[in-house]
Amino acid sequence: MMRNSLSKFGQGIKLPGLSFLLAFTLTGLIIAISDAKVLAKISSPFEFIKSAGAAVGNAYLALFQGSVFDVNLTKGHSFLQGFYPLSETIVTATPLILTGLSVALAFKSGLFNIGAQGQFIFGAIGASYVGFHFQLPIGIHILAAAFAGALCAAIWGGIVGLLKAKTGAHEVILTIMMNYIASYFILWILKTKQFLRPGRIDPIAPEVNENARLPLLAGDNFRINIGIFIALGAALFVWWLLTKTTVGFKFRAVGANSQAARTAGISVPFVITSTMMICGALAGLGGAVHVLGSEHALNADIAGSFGFDAITVALLGRAQPLGTVFAALLFGALHAGGRTMQSSTGVPLDIVLVTQALIVLFIAAPTFVRYIFRLKKLNSSASLTSKGWNG
Amino acid sequence: MSLELRGITKTFGSFTANDSINLRVETGQIHAILGENGAGKSTLMNIVYGLLKADSGEILVDEKIMNISEPSDALSAGIGMVHQHFMLIPVFTVAENIVLGHEKTGKLGVLDINTAREAILKVSKDFGFEVDPDAIVETLPVGVQQKVEIIRALIYEAKVLILDEPTAVLTPQETDELLKTMQELKSKGTSIIFITHKLREVRAVADQITIIRRGKVIAAVSPQTTEGELASMMVGRAVDLAPVKHKHSIGDPILVATDLTVRDALGTAVVKKVNFHVNAGEVLAVAGVQGNGQSELARAIINLEEHIEGSIKLDGREMRGESIYGSLHAGIAFIPESRELDGLVGSFSIAENLILDLHDQAPYAKGINLSAGVVLAEAEKRVTEFDIRLQSVSDAVSTLSGGNKQKVVIARELSRPVKVLVASQPTRGLDVGSIEFVHERILAERDAGRGVILFSTELDEVMALADRIAVMYRGEILEIVDSNVTREELGLLMAGVVNKKASA
Repeated sequence: MMRNSLSKFGQGIKLPGLSFLLAFTLTGLIIAISDAKVLAKISSPFEFIKSAGAAVGNAYLALFQGSVFDVNLTKGHSFLQGFYPLSETIVTATPLILTGLSVALAFKSGLFNIGAQGQFIFGAIGASYVGFHFQLPIGIHILAAAFAGALCAAIWGGIVGLLKAKTGAHEVILTIMMNYIASYFILWILKTKQFLRPGRIDPIAPEVNENARLPLLAGDNFRINIGIFIALGAALFVWWLLTKTTVGFKFRAVGANSQAARTAGISVPFVITSTMMICGALAGLGGAVHVLGSEHALNADIAGSFGFDAITVALLGRAQPLGTVFAALLFGALHAGGRTMQSSTGVPLDIVLVTQALIVLFIAAPTFVRYIFRLKKLNSSASLTSKGWNG
Repeated sequence: MSLELRGITKTFGSFTANDSINLRVETGQIHAILGENGAGKSTLMNIVYGLLKADSGEILVDEKIMNISEPSDALSAGIGMVHQHFMLIPVFTVAENIVLGHEKTGKLGVLDINTAREAILKVSKDFGFEVDPDAIVETLPVGVQQKVEIIRALIYEAKVLILDEPTAVLTPQETDELLKTMQELKSKGTSIIFITHKLREVRAVADQITIIRRGKVIAAVSPQTTEGELASMMVGRAVDLAPVKHKHSIGDPILVATDLTVRDALGTAVVKKVNFHVNAGEVLAVAGVQGNGQSELARAIINLEEHIEGSIKLDGREMRGESIYGSLHAGIAFIPESRELDGLVGSFSIAENLILDLHDQAPYAKGINLSAGVVLAEAEKRVTEFDIRLQSVSDAVSTLSGGNKQKVVIARELSRPVKVLVASQPTRGLDVGSIEFVHERILAERDAGRGVILFSTELDEVMALADRIAVMYRGEILEIVDSNVTREELGLLMAGVVNKKASA
């Protein structure tokens, strides 16, 4: 049994792993040929390869230094300070884990949740409002704010679920539209006097109260906070829900074959609506954790691209909770490291987006990756993307 | 033209689909190939037609070795094939379908359809078909569509015609007509390879019968062989073709449908004001040609259809408007028409599929928690009770054979307290052995005092199991007749001809 699940895990990680390798190889090529200094040496093959290697090596070293450990930061400080980049990676990954889980859970129910972005925004709005508006005791304030965020987003996601269940409207179209509404809604609400920080005219809300902020884990020098445990807890919850409960059984049955599930008496509208509510709550919790943990104040650009990267993260994680956690950490590292790479080697931050896009491209084209590495067809690698659209 | 296969072997991985098969079809002979699903019939024919390549072996046409590596090679060697699922474009005309892939063009690349039209009329005249070259294919009855396929093969000068399960989609009348056409083709010198698992048809037209089991030729016999002998050679053991129907007393009406109308999404009535009832301890068969509203009627009984009018009473309780869950748990067992699509979640394990309906009930669920141990233990019990052949109940149900998949569906549906069993085409696509099992199970439910509504397009099945037979035609129940009706009378009813004498 144990060996069986281990080998399954090995199979599951093989394709993402190889896609990852391929994406980094190609990115390396792009870094090399887009570097004017490298190109200048094209006439001498040896020099060319040497300088290309140096350029790529430096870029990837900077990526590592920006995402895991940087020895330069330890100078004049403690050794631990060198791990500041790792803390940044985790802080960036935390909301991504939650939004990624939102997309992954929807996949399991046969839904394609493009709406994590909008749900994230509503989660951030709810958490921020409770965070700055009320004065509550320590502990309770965090719970109340996080709950408010999750609830707002659950309603936001639930609307999509209800519309699909009642009218058959496609959730992809619905969630895309809801994202637009959410991103303009936050612009509007930040201009209302309930939300606009006193004395400011740019769209920013007041900072949340001290009691509502997520406690830091490694002192004031690091931004890492208990949000990561909330995210890991959510991953555990999703795993438990899917594999151990009757609700998860319904979700998976509808996701795998909604017709058979319906024929056996499972209510498809219930599954669609409750899935979208839970997905909303997960993404909303992502927004809440982001506001309460690292940003502390709601602003117009609070969601960044967390909701969209979530789709990629869920795909890379093969819609499995654990896979999603690893994929989100990888993306967190790419984002955090990309900034250092840009500042120290001049390789633009956008190259990170290229890497991300390439990873997804290869994941979505398993046949191509198998061809490159001469792999045999695996049973478990049915394409997720095409499945999600059938709902 | 004669066709000979010598030592054809084809393996897929470790599985041998064809094991050195030898076969000879003489000029103007109807050669039936008989075998269960998965015996290797289709693989063999796909090799002959160039869709698959054999690992070893030779194909000889008129004693000459042919190299057939794609369908065009087969066509030019004079081998034509009519597939089980027609290869026609529904919105094209007959003529357009026939020229497809062989389009001839005139000036400026304009499609020359007239040559094809004339050729169709000529072939139709020669063989006594009545096919309008300008008719749109989707407006034609299935039997005529099949003729279009045959005409296509004949126009491209097929001298050996492969018919893959040609009668599966036909009414009894259309079947008889096809058998006549086959005789006609034979008399004009065309050789026919007739693939089927229907014993009656084989004995009616075949000159020679080859039986294939597990990729091997088991026997080459004459059509004088009895159906029982043929069946046991196909399956590899003695088979009970006509299940024993015990005489017993029939109870009170248990399910009564009154003025039941079912509409599709566009509001068109597909089932029109039907009235019927089934008694406890009785099999009511609903016969009819595929597509006359039987599927919708079956689904409406458990409220799977969205737009239902009229009344369905189970044991006096109105079921219309009830949820699907409510219908199932009120005591209706439902075997859906497509086990792959509606019956099973393919990627779920066998154990999970066995509790698709009961997963949130005790003992499987404690609150919100699903008890994996109980699920597995109960699955093992069902597997033993229903003789489901498998390696592990944790394997995906999609790894099972058709017969075993159907057993999973039946085991699940009969694990609730059942008053009425609704079985929609329960033996479609199953092998003889599994059909036998399903029939026994249906009769066991009847004998245990449950009402059974059997929807079937197979006349043999209807005649063997039913106590009464309702015949559906264009959404209506034309007649409900006794089971002592003759095949011919039933056939006429299925074609929409009301015969007053047949009514009971």
